[in-house]
Amino acid sequence: MRSLNILAVVLSSAVLLAACSSVKLDDKAPIAESTGTTAPAAADARSVGTVNTGSADPLNDPQGVLAKRSIYFDYDSYSVKDEFKPVVENHARYLTTHKERKILIQGNTDERGGAEYNLALGQKRAEAVRRALNLLGVPDAQVEAVSFGKEKPKALGSDEASWAENRRADLVYQ
Amino acid sequence: MMKHLFLRSFGTLCAFVALGSVSVAQAQLRVEISGVGANQIPIAIAGFANEAVAPQQITAIIKADLARSGYFRIIDTGDVMSETAPVNYGDWKARGADALVIGSVQRLADGRFDVRYKLLDTIKSSSLSALSLAAQPQYIRVSAHKIADDIYEKLIGVRGAFATRIAYITKVGKDYQLEVADADGEGRQIALRSNEPIISPAWSPDGSKVAYVSFEAKKPVVYVQDLVTMRRTVVANFKGSNSAPSWSPDGSKLAVALSRDGLTQVYVVNADGSNLRRLSNSNGIDTEPQFSADGQSIYFTSDRSGGPQIYRMSATGGDARRITFSGSYNISPRISPDGKMLAYISRRDGKFQLYVLDLSNGQEQRLSDTGKDESPSFSPNGKYLMYAAESGRRGSLAVVSVDGRVKHRLTMQNGDIREPTWGPFMK
Repeated sequence: MRSLNILAVVLSSAVLLAACSSVKLDDKAPIAESTGTTAPAAADARSVGTVNTGSADPLNDPQGVLAKRSIYFDYDSYSVKDEFKPVVENHARYLTTHKERKILIQGNTDERGGAEYNLALGQKRAEAVRRALNLLGVPDAQVEAVSFGKEKPKALGSDEASWAENRRADLVYQ
Repeated sequence: MMKHLFLRSFGTLCAFVALGSVSVAQAQLRVEISGVGANQIPIAIAGFANEAVAPQQITAIIKADLARSGYFRIIDTGDVMSETAPVNYGDWKARGADALVIGSVQRLADGRFDVRYKLLDTIKSSSLSALSLAAQPQYIRVSAHKIADDIYEKLIGVRGAFATRIAYITKVGKDYQLEVADADGEGRQIALRSNEPIISPAWSPDGSKVAYVSFEAKKPVVYVQDLVTMRRTVVANFKGSNSAPSWSPDGSKLAVALSRDGLTQVYVVNADGSNLRRLSNSNGIDTEPQFSADGQSIYFTSDRSGGPQIYRMSATGGDARRITFSGSYNISPRISPDGKMLAYISRRDGKFQLYVLDLSNGQEQRLSDTGKDESPSFSPNGKYLMYAAESGRRGSLAVVSVDGRVKHRLTMQNGDIREPTWGPFMK
């Protein structure tokens, strides 16, 4: 009798566990890895897997720290300023805990200068962000650094404010 | 992965992005002449007999070409004279013409047009040249340009470049187009349409293809497009940015700038995208490679010494020698067809201007008065440079002779025109 009860508990736990496997339901749902095929021990029968709906993914929270995806640079500068290190850190934390995520870092320059040289300068900005993410544990497989140079300005004026807005690297989740 | 499928489908077929070689009616580019050469040959061009039968008026095209060249002063004449007409040399000399052009147009039975012409020297009272060109109706303009080329060559001593084509990028709002036109801005045809930027177009040496950088894949990728078949090949789409294509003189390879190893450096790759080799090796940015006409050297921009300067290395890579020493910012090297002059853009006092450097003695000369010059390109006869310049608040194309005197502009009605590249001599 007792063994039947235990069997029932084990069987129903297995069914429950199968139903509550941790599949994330955010907008680019990757399939979560299965946790193993051995029969669950009695202790595991009490674990509860977390299902994240899309709105719970921190990446999609418009008020969250990950909503900040731009890093701005001073004139003639190609290193990440201290004030933007938190932006890099926040995304590094997310990327190292979501290894299926990939990002494109798009570097930009202001409008002054030649198209090709500015493409290379924008690349330096994207690279600076990529290296900063690297140092925080994000592998190259998750990151591609590219440049738009001066070809896709966000601000269209020819003044200091517009130029400052365009000296920028953007993180774009793929 | 989806991204690779997407890129591969662009690599093989042009899909919806390119239109056919059917020319879409475009407003012609406006030409404004603002400078002429130090010496101008006075030349009279008689109306070609019977030219109204042809779809294009030959004498108007010849006159416009010679006027635009800066080396001819067109003597007004209402006369119509075929190449068989008797010529009173003294009369023309008295009218101030050192040379006279006469000719005729005939429609042939097979639908082609036969254009004949003679170039006469009024001082020596002799014929300098005569040509007979039979062409399909759509190539009448080319026949007129070939006659202008012949006149230019016989009187100036340098091959004319009127029958050449140019390629350039237009931007109207968010619409970008790669266009091909005749060197006089006529006959505009659209080779590529995109809503992402296109930069750095470069003609293949045989004039059949254009290489360019397109951002349609959300990153810069180098393509080669055959203008007639519309077939596109991805030449460089490595991780990071791919740009600055420059053809080797035999058309078999392209030098490119790639950021795949971190910093942008110069590489060379076969025209089909195979056999990538790295050529430059510096701690700075190396970009804008340009093969010399003999294929032995590559000029390029490098900021290894701090600011960008122009260097030269062997076409197989190795040590680089610095070429520019004036000013702290020199980019966009272009070497003349005879290898003797280097054109480039230099920033002085905040202005970006076209300069030319005599490589034999290091003398430089500023060629422009505007402040946002970009993308110089030599005419295939080495006599002129075309470049992008700001006109009002819009982009236009400017042409200047290498001595700085002859100047004219090509403008569009709306939008920007930029990134010109002058095509090669063709049959």
